[in-house]
Amino acid sequence: MATSTPTPDAYAPPPGGSQKTPAAPRRHTWRSRLWRFDDKASPYAYIAPFFLVFGAFGLYPLLYTGWIALHRVEMTGMNQMEWVGWDNFDKILHDSEFWTAVTNTFLIGVMSTVPQLLVALGLAHLLNYKLRASTFWRTVILTPYATSVASAALVFALVFRADGGLLNWALEFVGLGHTNWANGHWTSKIAISVIVIWRWTGYNTLIYLAAMQAVPADLYEAASLDGASRWQQFRKVTIPSLRPTILFTIVISTIGSMQLFGEPLLLEGGTLGATGGNENQYETLSVYLYNYGWNLGHLGPAAAVAWAMLALLLIIAAVNWLIGRFVRKSAV
Amino acid sequence: MRITRTVAGRSRRVAVLVTTGLTASALLLTGCSSDSDSSDNTGSDANGKITLTVADFGQFGYKEAGLFAKYHELHPNITVKEDVTSDEKVYYPKLLQQLNSGSGLADVQGIEVGRIKEIVDTKADRFADLSKVIDVNEWVSWKEKQATTADGAVIGAGTDIGPMSLCYNTELFKKAGLPTDREEVAQKVAGGWEDYLKLGEEYKKNAPEGTYFMDSASAMFNAVVSSNAKQYYDESGKAIYKDSPSVKQGWDLAAEAASKKLTQGLAQFTDPWKAGLRKGTIATVACPAWMAGQISINSGDANKGKWNITTAPGATAANWGGSFLSVPKSGKHVDEATELVKWLTAPEQQAAVFKAIGSFPSNKGAYDLPDVKNAKLPYFNDAPIGQIYADEAKSIPETVLGPKDGVIKDSISTQINNMEQRGTSPDDAWKAATNVVDKAIG
Repeated sequence: MATSTPTPDAYAPPPGGSQKTPAAPRRHTWRSRLWRFDDKASPYAYIAPFFLVFGAFGLYPLLYTGWIALHRVEMTGMNQMEWVGWDNFDKILHDSEFWTAVTNTFLIGVMSTVPQLLVALGLAHLLNYKLRASTFWRTVILTPYATSVASAALVFALVFRADGGLLNWALEFVGLGHTNWANGHWTSKIAISVIVIWRWTGYNTLIYLAAMQAVPADLYEAASLDGASRWQQFRKVTIPSLRPTILFTIVISTIGSMQLFGEPLLLEGGTLGATGGNENQYETLSVYLYNYGWNLGHLGPAAAVAWAMLALLLIIAAVNWLIGRFVRKSAV
Repeated sequence: MRITRTVAGRSRRVAVLVTTGLTASALLLTGCSSDSDSSDNTGSDANGKITLTVADFGQFGYKEAGLFAKYHELHPNITVKEDVTSDEKVYYPKLLQQLNSGSGLADVQGIEVGRIKEIVDTKADRFADLSKVIDVNEWVSWKEKQATTADGAVIGAGTDIGPMSLCYNTELFKKAGLPTDREEVAQKVAGGWEDYLKLGEEYKKNAPEGTYFMDSASAMFNAVVSSNAKQYYDESGKAIYKDSPSVKQGWDLAAEAASKKLTQGLAQFTDPWKAGLRKGTIATVACPAWMAGQISINSGDANKGKWNITTAPGATAANWGGSFLSVPKSGKHVDEATELVKWLTAPEQQAAVFKAIGSFPSNKGAYDLPDVKNAKLPYFNDAPIGQIYADEAKSIPETVLGPKDGVIKDSISTQINNMEQRGTSPDDAWKAATNVVDKAIG
């Protein structure tokens, strides 16, 4: 069996070959050059499909959106582009509705991400115990993630409906009165956060669970030998081991909440949905973008909003990275 | 031994997780894959049979009136397929995108009156000129002018119009001590919408508890503005909504109605609005022909016979809504599609649609047909709607349309609702409205 182990010169041509043809040394170098080229280049060829597709459907639209953001482009005549420079950015930055949308996006982001990740962490911890029918529970917990945004939002729109909604019905039944959820500034944000939490908690639970199962059992064994309680084990062993995973889920959730669109659009639907409520009380940046481009028909400012969203994401990512570095340093 | 078992156990657990994930994503995929495009089916087979597609929104009523089936009987080689988008606000951006790219268009496309000006101004070259095929004089005078370009090309045939009358709940009127007779109510508001508000104050004095004079002041605003020739734009195409007398009049009346609590503040067509009609808390609704249908559907059988219809306040009538059918030039069967449009908008077919769903004909020829002339609505105490709406249609002024009429109307309506519901001050509401409208125009 030991003969099958590759040696450094395993790819060299058989020793007898060079004697047969006089041009052999030349072919030898040409061949080895080809080998070397193959060695170095083919990994790039293997990953190329992704980058080609990304270039066509990711990078090109991204850059073209930036190009549109510097022009006046109307929905009614997309082939007529008129250079306006930074005017579109100037327009949206001086629009109070834009800042309302930024605030809303941020608030809904925090209100949905924080409880979502905490609940996911707890659920993952519970699912990590030995349970009967554990596969069943794990599947069930992921089902909300498998529903489409539209159907989830529409069902919750019925729950939160002011008149004859399930939630109001229940609240009135126990004597807590009647709330027009979508109309209120805070209640509408709570409603949207609930939809997001419901959809994404299971997904994050599963990611945490996978990470928890990768934590070596010896650590827990050692901890329990030292007399650590379950809670202490969770805090001192599980959480530190999960730190990279937690950071990952925070990043993913932040990106997701920045792009929040279907839930606010469909909470009330129609004209109100497209403007994020009658006082823009739940208008997120994506809804603002959609309204500017598709309802008002101006694609230039809409493209500028898209780039502003990217800029905001980069800022958040930078802050996240700084905090992460600070936490790592202080942990050492 | 122990180590091996742990590893095996862990990999099994990982496998379970992966399986769970895959199952979930399979569910996710099936949940998202229901996007079909019927417009690609256009084509003819070996026998010369062709399929025409009609893309429209909301309720055009052709299916309800059985007109597509009838057309197939008359022309056995032509099958008509309808592609309906329920929300016009979703339909219109899609239509613009299709016009820009030149693909995905149906053989016949519906266009709403709030959008026709924008299409005439920017996309007229993409549509077939119907002026040779249809006689524009058959329509009420202003209808086809809205679809005519500066060079005289007609890019749309009018389907329906929305002459506005006043629907009122006779039972609530009686309880509040107001006259219930059609003529008497018409007399009371003959002076215009100011009289309508006065009637509202009278109603409020003895109003049954929990009821309101009107559903929303936004409908009244709309009625006031659209009964004037000049609305949001002037003839040169400049947006003048800030100085337009009709907009100012409508806004002031709406603010007055909100401050005097004459309205329930229900945004129209929303669920609370439908609930209000069902519970019978609304005494009057500004009522285009198609609105009568909405009222009877949403109020339900329990309120049958309680409603009545009379002439709207003021000397000139308002028009609210209505659409056009257009034929994109890029279609494979432009001639056949043009014939279909001509047939669908002819008097007999418009009368059939009116009978089926209550959209009022824009083709004058239909007004003398028995289905329209003698039409009475049993739900509304047998109100002679054919007569009422035909009379209203004659006094509708020739209006100046603008490209963003639809968005302007919606934005102002939202702010009127805010005055009603949230008690936003008229100044703040107007500022918020202009902020959005200026963005739309800009």
